[in-house]
Amino acid sequence: MYGTNPFRELEALRREVDRLFEGVASPSKLRSAFLPGRSARSYPLINIQESGDDLTVEALAPGVDPASLEVAIEGGSLVIAGEKPRPAQNVSPEAWHRSERAAGRFLRKIKLSVPVDEENVTADYRNGVLTVKLQKADAAKPRRIAVNVA
Amino acid sequence: MAENTVQKTNGSTAVVATETEATREPERFVTPPVDIYETAEGLTVVADLPGADPSAVDVNVEDSVLTLKAVVPEADESEAAYVEFRLASYFRQFTLGEKIDQERINAEYKNGVLTLLLPFAEKAKPRRITVKAA
Repeated sequence: MYGTNPFRELEALRREVDRLFEGVASPSKLRSAFLPGRSARSYPLINIQESGDDLTVEALAPGVDPASLEVAIEGGSLVIAGEKPRPAQNVSPEAWHRSERAAGRFLRKIKLSVPVDEENVTADYRNGVLTVKLQKADAAKPRRIAVNVA
Repeated sequence: MAENTVQKTNGSTAVVATETEATREPERFVTPPVDIYETAEGLTVVADLPGADPSAVDVNVEDSVLTLKAVVPEADESEAAYVEFRLASYFRQFTLGEKIDQERINAEYKNGVLTLLLPFAEKAKPRRITVKAA
């Protein structure tokens, strides 16, 4: 159970503490993440999933005018741009009770770690989440190597 | 208390928010950001609930408390290569003032945004009284 190397013990302890703080920090991180534009964070926030030949990029962008959304591949980067309109233009400042949602134009360029097939990109905007599906270029696809059994 | 009474407009508080930490379910919830503004007809509440399915968005009024809730299932992260956000269920409550006509609340959910129209009750609308000159 207990190793004799004190440095390894310390290292294990440090990892435990890191893990502990990870759990504490993530909800608050998420909360501020829901107020993009109010801080210097990049907008929209993205998640990337990788499975075999595909890459899926999800962007959290509620209330964006679908007509303003632009998705492009530029030199190995994925570019997402659009505009989130303000809910009301003709409301006087004193008639606002809460103003927590950010609005305005945004653009984000995401450098892709692998080359992708530029002809095979689909983008889908649903319930405020933009999902971009990309296919890896042939050179970047995982190759299965047959194991010869003697 | 994270939220207190809102500033007064036209001399009457219309919406007061409450904290409901104690009654939350053991699930993970986030507070959605909202915009609330007033027009002559009533209050408009706009909330960002990205990732929620329209059928999962639940709006109800009970004892003058307006509850916005949307249950969002946790995403499968087994193939995640890079993560900046994690979807969670949404929950937020507001106490409605007497001015609101609770029977005629209208809700619409589109592109991840919930828009509620809370009309003022007829008696609460400003009325102009004509002054007759003798």
